[in-house]
Amino acid sequence: MDVLVDNLPSYWAGFLVTMRLTLYSGVISLALGLVLAALRVSPIRPLRGLAATYVELLRNTPLTLVFFFLILVAPQFGVIAPLGFWTAVICLSLYTAAFVAEAVRSGINSVGVGQAEASRAIGLTFGQSLGNVILPQALRSVVPPMINVFIALTKNTSVAAGFAVVELVGSGRRISQGNPGDAVIILIGVALFYLAITIPLGVIASTVERKVAFSR
Amino acid sequence: MSSILYDAPGPVARRRERWGSIIGGLILLGIIALGVYYAHGRGVFGADRWDVLFDPPKGQTAADVWTSMIVHGLGATLRAALVAAPLSLVLGLVLAVWRTAGRWWVKAPAIMIIELFRGLPVLLMMFFGLLGFGWSAFTAVVFGLTVYNMAIIAEILRAGLASLPRGQAEAAYAVGLSKTQTLFTVLLPQAVRTMLPSLIAQLVVLLKDSSLGYIVGYAELLRSIQNNGQYFGNAYYIALFVVGAGIYLVVNISLSRLAMRLQRGPIKGAPAAPADDEAEAAPTTATPGVRP
Repeated sequence: MDVLVDNLPSYWAGFLVTMRLTLYSGVISLALGLVLAALRVSPIRPLRGLAATYVELLRNTPLTLVFFFLILVAPQFGVIAPLGFWTAVICLSLYTAAFVAEAVRSGINSVGVGQAEASRAIGLTFGQSLGNVILPQALRSVVPPMINVFIALTKNTSVAAGFAVVELVGSGRRISQGNPGDAVIILIGVALFYLAITIPLGVIASTVERKVAFSR
Repeated sequence: MSSILYDAPGPVARRRERWGSIIGGLILLGIIALGVYYAHGRGVFGADRWDVLFDPPKGQTAADVWTSMIVHGLGATLRAALVAAPLSLVLGLVLAVWRTAGRWWVKAPAIMIIELFRGLPVLLMMFFGLLGFGWSAFTAVVFGLTVYNMAIIAEILRAGLASLPRGQAEAAYAVGLSKTQTLFTVLLPQAVRTMLPSLIAQLVVLLKDSSLGYIVGYAELLRSIQNNGQYFGNAYYIALFVVGAGIYLVVNISLSRLAMRLQRGPIKGAPAAPADDEAEAAPTTATPGVRP
């Protein structure tokens, strides 16, 4: 157990990097995902196709492949991504945005068509029916899957460990290479830090889900 | 398409949409053309960037390159996925059945296992196998894939069981089936059938996650691309990457399409047969867990 206490500063540093990766990529992918979702429901067909292609491609690509592309392949196009934190943020954002867009789109589609028709029938404008009728209802069914997307993002930040970012898994690997005999205990320490993020988020997601289910 | 947001367009709106589509399409095409022009300027489309695929330098034949990527690379990826997928299906079934136990202290371990492995990164589990237990890279990859996906599959099956009408279980009890019989002959076959799309989607995730083997030193598809790139020179990364990404996309998108098709059409007769076999073959391994 001493090895956990002795290396607490390293763990903490790794934890902070994981949190920063999650936070920055979360915000960027949320913005990008909302734009993609808006494109996917827009009346302009090429934009719809663009967003659909992006989502389909990125959802069926391993995250490792996205990292691989930006770090090893993109330089051949003359785009040199600095190895490290911000490249990881870009990769995670590009990847997660596809899942955000999908969650938002299915949320919008889950609102009954009758709701929109009724709001148009009583004379609400497009903005009013979107802002007062559709989005408030869509939001309820979007929040639980969105939290799950961010839980997945938290876990996905670990992939950055393979590409020169020393976050939780990376620092766990580093510590256990210094203390080969205690690798299991060291990795359990890493696991505890992850669970400290993912389990509370999961509880929130299922609570929200239950609340939404009651109000329907 | 997006009738939820807009009324069915009239003639004016249709004309406006058409013009919007044309202008938007032109802008999009312009951006793509600019990108292609830029890439062309950097010689991306030159034969010397692509000949690794049909006439590689350094005295190698194209067959060597393709063998290293398809047979060794993709082969290793599929091997890990094909070992991990049945394992996680069986273990997921065991956990799901275990979770249906009546007493809380019987099902508590199952819930703990599920919640634990759901909340941990797959890569961390692979490092547990590799560094913690000193296993080979292949075993570590299979271990990581299995423990994560069994937890998710257990959750999927639980959702399937929860979605069944109560009457199914009540009717089974009414005709005198035992609890075990009810679960395995009435409830689980239906749960597996309704959840088949989610199960297939999860297998896509499993296949995608097998690429994490690249990080723990398992010689799978990505690693074989990198090896080829390092051997033949960085300039070939584009061609090699296009092949690798293409393989992933073809395999995953066809699996996803299959899942979507299953979701859309009601499954009757032949397509559902494998699911039944699975649910009926499993009891031999799963029954011990269900008896409290």
